[in-house]
Amino acid sequence: MTLTVTDLGVARGGIPVLEGLSFALEPGKALILRGPNGIGKTTLLRTVAGLQPPLKGRVEGAEDQIAYAAHSDGLKPTLSVAENLTFWASVFGRNGIEQALDGFDLQSLRDRQAGALSAGQKRRLGLSRMLVTGRPIWIMDEPTVSLDVNSVAMFADAVRAHLGQGGSALIATHIDLGLEAEVLDVGPYKAKPPEIDDFDGGFL
Amino acid sequence: MIALLLRDLKLAFRAGGGFGLGLAFFLIVTVMVPFSVGPQSELLSRIAPGVLWLGALLACLLSLDRLLALDWEDGSLDLLATAPLPLESTVTIKALAHWITTGLPLVLAAPVLGVLLNLPLQGFQWLVVSLLLGTPALSVIGTFGAALTVGLKRGGLLMSLLVMPLYVPTLIFGSEVARRGAEGMAVQTPLLLLAGISAASIALLPFASAAVLRVNLR
Repeated sequence: MTLTVTDLGVARGGIPVLEGLSFALEPGKALILRGPNGIGKTTLLRTVAGLQPPLKGRVEGAEDQIAYAAHSDGLKPTLSVAENLTFWASVFGRNGIEQALDGFDLQSLRDRQAGALSAGQKRRLGLSRMLVTGRPIWIMDEPTVSLDVNSVAMFADAVRAHLGQGGSALIATHIDLGLEAEVLDVGPYKAKPPEIDDFDGGFL
Repeated sequence: MIALLLRDLKLAFRAGGGFGLGLAFFLIVTVMVPFSVGPQSELLSRIAPGVLWLGALLACLLSLDRLLALDWEDGSLDLLATAPLPLESTVTIKALAHWITTGLPLVLAAPVLGVLLNLPLQGFQWLVVSLLLGTPALSVIGTFGAALTVGLKRGGLLMSLLVMPLYVPTLIFGSEVARRGAEGMAVQTPLLLLAGISAASIALLPFASAAVLRVNLR
């Protein structure tokens, strides 16, 4: 399933931040988004994930194909690691969390409450959620925040395995994951500020 | 869907989940009424249906601000919105979980508290029936209010102000059923209207809740 983005413009809080973006993400490929803070990477990812409508342009091939990982992991502190993962697996209509637990070295923590995990462990649990969704397109926003070097390698392995199975990944990150991936710098697509005229639409 | 319901129930029963708070609130409010109006059993038995209904409504209201706000804060609402489950079912399940953890205990506790307020014997069954029919509407309408204010810091009070007027029809017909039942009058008309309000809320409001939630998630 190819994810195609055509002439996409996205807005945050009503203000256009990026415009004229086009790319295609084919199965087995990864695309790394780069750009300075505040340029609109998160907004772009949320738009591609369908959480907000695009200002203009189209996103095709994303419906019911994507798994989204945001800044926050969506974990419930009073549920155990295994309960959190099992919940997300069954929401996506799948079962079997062992592979995900193995992939992110969480087996020894499986009965611990998510609230008692360290920041890095929480992040690992949040990322292992991607494995239980079974969705082909991963959309990830700064996935390596608070991960140590080993965990980053673990994450890169998981992405590589996912790409190997014909999946694809769209990742906004600042660090080098060591993936054979295309890099898209969104800086040049920064939206021009809207022209100011005397007419104030707010009074309509 | 079942997974979401089970998760919400599990969360409610675990530490800090808030199960029983609404019930305790209901208990305390009802126990305090005789203190404030004095030990006049005749007056108490006359106001009992209304007091019990109002207490149940406030107890329901009290537990609403956690309904979606917690999921919004930890990001699970974003993730649920990208899951295969449509948001309409998500909010319906959340309302159902709220009803099981808040509304149902209120229905079960109401007859016990009716004794405290000297509710006439013939009124007990209609009190339970009216609450059983009315509390689902309270949960569904409350979910709509919670969806409207999700993402607002300290949105709880605003939500109460928005939801209370929407609770008025349910309150009027619910306590009317309980009052007429207690006085031995025919209850059919308010009972049908109460059932109609509940049925319409359950049928329509999940769509409205999902729509405002989509807007709020942007």
